[in-house]
Amino acid sequence: MMQNNQQMVDLSYYPGCSLATTARENNSSLIHLFKHLGFNLIELEDWNCCGSSSAHSINSELAFDLACRNLFLAPPDRPLLVACPSCILRLRHAHLYLKNDLGAQEHYEKTWVRPFNPDLEIIHFFEFLDKMDLLAFSKGHARGLEGLRFVPYYGCMLARPPVMRHEKNYHGLMEKILSSLGATPEKWSFSSRCCGTFLTVARPNVVGPMVNEIIAGAKAAGADCIVTACAMCHMNLEVRCTLRQKIPVLHFSEILSLALGLGQSEHRGWFSRHLIDPRPVLRSLNLFR
Amino acid sequence: MKTNSPVVSKTTIMIDKAKTRFADEVKERSGVNFNLCWHCQSCAGGCPFVHAMDYPPNRVIRLIQLGLKKQALESSGIWICVGCNTCSIQCPNAIDIPAVNDTLRQMAIEESSVIAEPNILHFHQSVLQSIERYGRTHKLEVMLRYKLKKQDWFTDIAVGLKMFIKRKLDLRPSKSTDIKDIRRLFARRTEV
Repeated sequence: MMQNNQQMVDLSYYPGCSLATTARENNSSLIHLFKHLGFNLIELEDWNCCGSSSAHSINSELAFDLACRNLFLAPPDRPLLVACPSCILRLRHAHLYLKNDLGAQEHYEKTWVRPFNPDLEIIHFFEFLDKMDLLAFSKGHARGLEGLRFVPYYGCMLARPPVMRHEKNYHGLMEKILSSLGATPEKWSFSSRCCGTFLTVARPNVVGPMVNEIIAGAKAAGADCIVTACAMCHMNLEVRCTLRQKIPVLHFSEILSLALGLGQSEHRGWFSRHLIDPRPVLRSLNLFR
Repeated sequence: MKTNSPVVSKTTIMIDKAKTRFADEVKERSGVNFNLCWHCQSCAGGCPFVHAMDYPPNRVIRLIQLGLKKQALESSGIWICVGCNTCSIQCPNAIDIPAVNDTLRQMAIEESSVIAEPNILHFHQSVLQSIERYGRTHKLEVMLRYKLKKQDWFTDIAVGLKMFIKRKLDLRPSKSTDIKDIRRLFARRTEV
């Protein structure tokens, strides 16, 4: 576990609906990882759905209300860590808008009888990892990822609305971090192809062929697995693939935990929730016992 | 002597005040100046779903500019768009196309237009009902509500079962505590 001489740092944590339910393995591995890195993730009390794709699709005002409620719940003295690329986009977008609209600030301050915090830091977990030398945290019990060939899958995470063009971005982060732990990123054309998100329910006939194309692309690149940062992408890639030759899809948080030798007893619980079992591939590379 | 009157054929679209009013409204509500569009079709080229749309994104913009309100509001493209932002990062003029689509969908609902993709609207409504009830999305219930509306119980049964076996579909929802607060937000924004 973490070095004893280091004090744990508290962070507010917004898991979002997917991590709280369908992707609990993503949630659990992330909490585990951050604990090891010295951060205590405190779940934002009474958080609500960020509005997801559906709210802004059919009711923009409601979408804004839902995102803002979370911003007003966040304690002022610590940053808000967000795991889902889609949630963080909604929350940051709302925060950016509120910062520039005094009228809206006043309206919500009255609604929730709390002051608006223009300095609230809303941070994706990638940003913490980027600043760290992860190898330093792996001493003694790291397996490393030597021999693993992967393709990074960002989905729509790297694309943002034009007003957010100047916000932080995450290009190449998964490749950089996983390479530093011994894995080899393969080049492919689908790292930023949208997974189809909610069309998976209403138009599976559109999403199916798209997902198959992505999976076939990963295979053709010679990857052992796909690494994804988004729980929604993870689900679509697993659920909608109809190819006989499938490929395991790992959450970034899972593979990092694996590389750092964390949560040996928990791994089983994470990987057993995957529709495409990653354990045979990981075992063949001696990354998993 | 030559006259300055324009050549008018059967297919000429005459743009009068009523038609520009539609464009003004979309611009005002979305906050997007789509008149920056060059119709270079970068958006259409990059859109991963363009093959499933009747009009690609730039043509929907053209429909607005020409005041063809009915065609714009009834287009399937505005519903197929998932807001992945691929189009807007590829747009040389940084036009926020997903924001325009948000506005068009909402106008289509308000004006009781023919909805080109009713299943997608049902899905969004099912998600919002779940958020109103629990403050969060409860996937199993969203799926059941959606299927109830669509009266289709058989599609994706295999997928649902697989997810259930892998404990990915919880029977019980994850909930916010102050559900009254959530419902107040809904009441304020959905009152007619």
